[in-house]
Amino acid sequence: MATSYNAKDEDGHITVSGPSGGTLRSKKPENTAFKQQRLPAWQPILTAGTVLPAFFIIGLIFIPIGIGLYVTSNNIKEFEIDYTGVDMSSPCFNCSQSFSWNSTRPCTCTIPFYLDQPYESNVFMYYGLSNFYQNHRRYVKSRDDNQLNGDPESLKGPSKECEPYAKHDNKPIAPCGAIANSMFNDTLELFYNDPNGTKIQIPLNKTGIAWWTDKHVKFRNPEGNNHNLTAVFQGTTKPVNWRRPVYELDDDPENNGFINEDFIVWMRTAALPTFRKLYRIIPRKSSMVPTLPSGNYTLEVVYNYPVRSFEGRKRMILSTISWMGGKNPFLGIAYMTVGSVCFFLGVVLLIIHHKYGNRNNSADISN
Amino acid sequence: MLRWIRQQLGFDPPHQSDTRTVYVANRFPQHGHYVPQRFADNRIISSKYTVWNFVPKNLFEQFRRIANFYFLIIFLVQLMIDTPTSPITSGLPLFFVITVTAIKQGYEDWLRHKADNEVNGAPVFVVRSGSLVQTRSKNIRVGDIVRVAKDETFPADLALLSSDRADGTCHITTASLDGETNLKTHYSVAETSVCQSVSQLEALQAVVECQQPEADLYRFVGRITVTQHGEEIVRPLGPENLLLRGARLKNTKEIYGVAVYTGMESKMALNYKCKSQKRSAVEKSMNTFLIIYLVILLFEAVLSTILKYAWQAEEKWNEPFYNQKTEQERNSSPILKFISDFLAFLVLYNFIIPISLYVTVEMQKFLGSFFIGWDLDLYHEESDQKAQVNTSDLNEELGQVEYVFTDKTGTLTENEMQFRECSINGTKYREVNGKLVPEGMTDDSPDGSTPRLIGEELLFLQAVSLCHTVQISYDQPDCLVGGGDPFSHANGFSSNHMEYYASSPDEKALVEATKRIGVAFTGSNGDVMEIKAFGKAEKYKLLHVLEFDADRRRMSVILQTPSGGKVLFTKGAESAILPFTTSGEIEKTRLHVDEFALKGLRTLVVACRHFSPEEYIDVDRRLNAARTALQQREERLQEAFSYIERDLQLLGATGVEDKLQDKVQETIEALRLAGIKVWVLTGDKHETAVSVSLSCGHFHRTMNILELLQQRSDNECAEQLRRLARRIKEDHVIQHGLVVDGASLSLALREHEKLFMEVCKNCSAVLCCRMAPLQKAKVVRLLKTSPEKPITLAIGDGANDVSMIQEAHVGIGIMGKEGRQAVRNSDYAIARFKFLSKLLLVHGHFYYIRIATLVQYFFYKNVCFITPQFLYQFFCLFSQQTLYDSVYLTLYNICFTSLPILVYSLFEQLVHPHILQNKPGLYRDISKNSLLSFRTFLYWTLLGFCHAFIFFFGSYILMGEDTTLMGNGQILRANRQLMFGNWTFGTLVFTVMVITVTLKLALETQFWTWMNHFVTWGSIAFYFIFSLFYGGIIWPFLHTQDMYFVFVQLLSSGSAWFAIIIIVITCLFPDVVKKVFYRHLQPTSTQKSQSLSAPQAQTLSCMESLCCYQHGQSGCSRLAHLLEQMTGQCKASANNCHASSNRSWSDTENFYSNDRSILTLSPIEASHC
Repeated sequence: MATSYNAKDEDGHITVSGPSGGTLRSKKPENTAFKQQRLPAWQPILTAGTVLPAFFIIGLIFIPIGIGLYVTSNNIKEFEIDYTGVDMSSPCFNCSQSFSWNSTRPCTCTIPFYLDQPYESNVFMYYGLSNFYQNHRRYVKSRDDNQLNGDPESLKGPSKECEPYAKHDNKPIAPCGAIANSMFNDTLELFYNDPNGTKIQIPLNKTGIAWWTDKHVKFRNPEGNNHNLTAVFQGTTKPVNWRRPVYELDDDPENNGFINEDFIVWMRTAALPTFRKLYRIIPRKSSMVPTLPSGNYTLEVVYNYPVRSFEGRKRMILSTISWMGGKNPFLGIAYMTVGSVCFFLGVVLLIIHHKYGNRNNSADISN
Repeated sequence: MLRWIRQQLGFDPPHQSDTRTVYVANRFPQHGHYVPQRFADNRIISSKYTVWNFVPKNLFEQFRRIANFYFLIIFLVQLMIDTPTSPITSGLPLFFVITVTAIKQGYEDWLRHKADNEVNGAPVFVVRSGSLVQTRSKNIRVGDIVRVAKDETFPADLALLSSDRADGTCHITTASLDGETNLKTHYSVAETSVCQSVSQLEALQAVVECQQPEADLYRFVGRITVTQHGEEIVRPLGPENLLLRGARLKNTKEIYGVAVYTGMESKMALNYKCKSQKRSAVEKSMNTFLIIYLVILLFEAVLSTILKYAWQAEEKWNEPFYNQKTEQERNSSPILKFISDFLAFLVLYNFIIPISLYVTVEMQKFLGSFFIGWDLDLYHEESDQKAQVNTSDLNEELGQVEYVFTDKTGTLTENEMQFRECSINGTKYREVNGKLVPEGMTDDSPDGSTPRLIGEELLFLQAVSLCHTVQISYDQPDCLVGGGDPFSHANGFSSNHMEYYASSPDEKALVEATKRIGVAFTGSNGDVMEIKAFGKAEKYKLLHVLEFDADRRRMSVILQTPSGGKVLFTKGAESAILPFTTSGEIEKTRLHVDEFALKGLRTLVVACRHFSPEEYIDVDRRLNAARTALQQREERLQEAFSYIERDLQLLGATGVEDKLQDKVQETIEALRLAGIKVWVLTGDKHETAVSVSLSCGHFHRTMNILELLQQRSDNECAEQLRRLARRIKEDHVIQHGLVVDGASLSLALREHEKLFMEVCKNCSAVLCCRMAPLQKAKVVRLLKTSPEKPITLAIGDGANDVSMIQEAHVGIGIMGKEGRQAVRNSDYAIARFKFLSKLLLVHGHFYYIRIATLVQYFFYKNVCFITPQFLYQFFCLFSQQTLYDSVYLTLYNICFTSLPILVYSLFEQLVHPHILQNKPGLYRDISKNSLLSFRTFLYWTLLGFCHAFIFFFGSYILMGEDTTLMGNGQILRANRQLMFGNWTFGTLVFTVMVITVTLKLALETQFWTWMNHFVTWGSIAFYFIFSLFYGGIIWPFLHTQDMYFVFVQLLSSGSAWFAIIIIVITCLFPDVVKKVFYRHLQPTSTQKSQSLSAPQAQTLSCMESLCCYQHGQSGCSRLAHLLEQMTGQCKASANNCHASSNRSWSDTENFYSNDRSILTLSPIEASHC
């Protein structure tokens, strides 16, 4: 029955029904699309017919994307070296064994390695840690963002979240908290062994490794532009595990104190217990010469950071990047898999549609 | 003071003594012992709250709910222990939920306040300080003298003092209290009845003493002491002196009465039942699911706690050098730590219980129920009544009904008795235009000429117009009530408009019919009955009334005719009269009666007996002896009656039609096709009930009708039941119908419930006749509590159906003639029985699907929400680190995912309503709570877990165990590869989740109105905008800035976008595949009917409604086939207009005008539909 047709009919009826109908307000509901639940609507039905094109399109788009991503990822060169020094044979074995927090003489070790391919463009240097739970709740919250933002009050009185790394010898610790206290403090240096025997140090950029917003907004030294950081941090003490106070992290005043980029990178807690963090950037020299030509290299490590107590590992990673980020074959594989499954299902659905589709449409409902 | 508080809270009953003393007009004795008594004022309070107690009382009531209480506990736990999430994360949603519920309840209470104020503010006239004062109803105090005019309702329980009649009587009708429509006479005490004016009342010195208020409408014990000329006269007062609040004054110009019980102490208010809370099947399964989730929650929390301690056993994990504990942590007791760890996990995972589920369900029900009232198809033009929702809690139950119990009179029928035919002395007559026309003759006599009636006809009409207990109400001439009979003028009556009141509508119809024909009953004055036979007044002296009773099934009057002869007129069921007749056309009349009954007319047989003076003396003596007998009065009366009512002379029979309501047959047929069993429960006698049952399609002609009637003993009844069961077994091809009468039913229910149920279940139609109201409720309860626990629906219009309406899962009241009692006690009220089919098949179906999806989706989205958090614990040493930021935790349920589901649950239409209505079989698809079965619940829950795993591990793999998925920060600085932290990871998971969960609902949505589009895409957009905003500022009052620029950094990475897209698609496409496969390989009939594209469906439904059900299914399908052939050619273009689902023909494309022209050419009249 067509309702609007019917309603019109009834409307006509009302006008005939005489004066009593006119004086009394009728309780009749309004005949609007909303109240009668017949708002115009799009009613998609998921049938093989409608889904088929979508599946083919997904398949056809995803497979090339997947291949593209996979190829890009494979073109990324990555080199990884573990310098923890677990094995007796490892050059860093001695350093890893003879560790103490308050040793004055740093332990250094040298690890030679060979790059069989030249690394072009910018090369990124990472350190990687394993079994290190930066995502432990006690650890994650053990920081004071106000202090790091240069709030003078928080500098003198760190938040109690920083406990037990808030005060030392009754002096406030700057920067306070477990994260800051456990900052990675190995020094990594890279040398290229020229075939003619000379050892050339490769220049490493310390800046540009942290988020711009972190460096310029979230992290700020107290009292803003005062370059005399020593005076600014007067009355605070260095974190227990640190060898140097925060105002001696770097010579460059733009990279010292709380805005030291190594420090900022460390303060961004990793999501998982095995992680890598950006350490340095090796800028490319020119488009002609590869940044790192293939050949022999030496990694010199000032071995400060103990990981053996928790069965951790330390690695150094060299990697180039592409437009989509670092090396990650999974993304490409995922796209290719989903794309092909879609395509395959599209074919299956096509068959189903062909076989059952027609019958289905004509089938009536048996009451 | 304290006592006052206790009284207000309802702890103390305010009265202590057994009686109350009411000083009429509040003239307290100046001297003597006077103890002031406190009475309630005349305010009716149905509201729950006042402005002052709203907040505490509402909070208290809300926290009595398990879910709210649970969240309160979680909130308190968060305040106490060192929690991973801030208390705000559960405090804010709880506050939100509580506020929304409070607003809704406040609004409902405001409506009640308004209704109360209307009642309490109604104007009344009270005698105060010697004059008639108009005041508001609520100001009436006990002891006030109230004046009530004709057709007004009584504002309080009044003891009648006087009326405008000399004898101090008045007539009232109590239809709104007990459903009885006849007039009742109430009396006043002689001493007060003389006080007919205000001044006289002013002089009245009287005291009423009566019992304290009680609920029984028919009990009142009191006495009135009138002081006249210094002496006290004491008179007893009984229920016949009491005018109840809610009753209506009839036939009397005005009365004065003294208020005895006021306000909440009046008998009507005491009879207000606090409606038993009905809970729908959906709500029950919802609670079950909640318990299952609670178990999952506890399991996860316990598992996490145990694993945490397993990890912590090793020092290097427990306290590595970089992550030392504080002194306090080291020193706290291990048991306390264990408990607090467990609680912390509980807090961390508590979001798995969807906090906003209840509030969303409540909003959905509340808002959704408006659609019933708004539906034009449920609006009845003639009575100007739309459907009414009294309880929105049961909307979805309308889609689950398995048994419909319906009253007959007034529900299936109009309850408008119409005299149709009669048989006089072996000749059949029809009534045509107020004249009796013998069968075979046409009404061709010229108008105006009074037809000469022969002796038998006149006698018959006299008998009909005299043998009854009808009363007359004279309308005042200025009254505009249009109830007057147009024929009264045509027949030359100059009297006032008369209205007949009778306890039996049949009697009323008969008396009205004789009046039309020319023999009018004009009233009784004392024991004289007056009729006007063709303008000639005749007076009969009423000697005796032999009242109707259910055993004799007849009633008689003995009259003295104007000529002095004594005559007995009797009328009753033919089986109760024919055996006692000795003369007259017995056989012919019997045939006629059977014919009438077959036509569905209610039949009565009329007979008379003339007494010789000697006989009458004997009769009179016997009757008086029986009536005054002190012992065994009942038996002796029966004996006397049967002695008198014999040797009758048969006069004839009457056939009164109770017109069937419109489309009853179609509705019952539709319900049956929907798999609903229809039981008719009626107080009528079995022959009438069966004939109505047949004519309304409840019983088919082809049905084998089984009878369980007039069983007198247990054994007999059991034997009969076994016989019936055997017959059903032998013959299971044809359908069976069962007829039971009340007496047999009570026998069957007493001992052989199981056997009876067995028989009933195998019958496709059951008819119970001669049912008492309580028996109706009993039958409903029997079915309700049977092992299958079917959902029952009771529908009725009268006060006798109230118990049944309240007993059934869903009670529906018909807004009919028998008062509002049924409507007031029902959950839904509709104007006509035929609306039931739309209410169940369309609204019920919609509501059920909406709410079922709503519930399942809520559990699903919270599983998706919290499982990644659980999985993350495996990667963070079970340290209770949250994956998401607190703000995201808080807003997930109340902002990011709340609106799409609410809009879905308000507007979703799985199938076009017309298809639903025309294919009742679709109702079976959702029967037995199928969308909330354990299987579907498992599906949704597992789907939630699967999606959660994909979110988490997808992000995990794509982000890499190293942070390989890193932003290259192109926007901010060219070619920088920057690292992500744990918050970025959590945000990635959260983003993927919000998108997937929203799109999952989009996949479920079949009906995309602009609102769905708006909230679906709006929710996702809002999430992005909010996140950008939230991450874009260093928030001054937060002590961590974890989320600062995290979202921007995430989005600025190309691979993050790739990851989001692939994860979302991976989650959703198996679901799409599953849907498509099921649709094609195992389509439900609902899905089949969806595939009729919208315009096709529309034309098809037009077609189907053209061929109404009488024409049978075959004709219909043939037409449908024809149509399909026509539309089949244009399927391609039909696909293009999916969107145009508008029902109206005029809105469809021109293309279809072809179809329409064919439709109009079809032989069946479109006006049928």
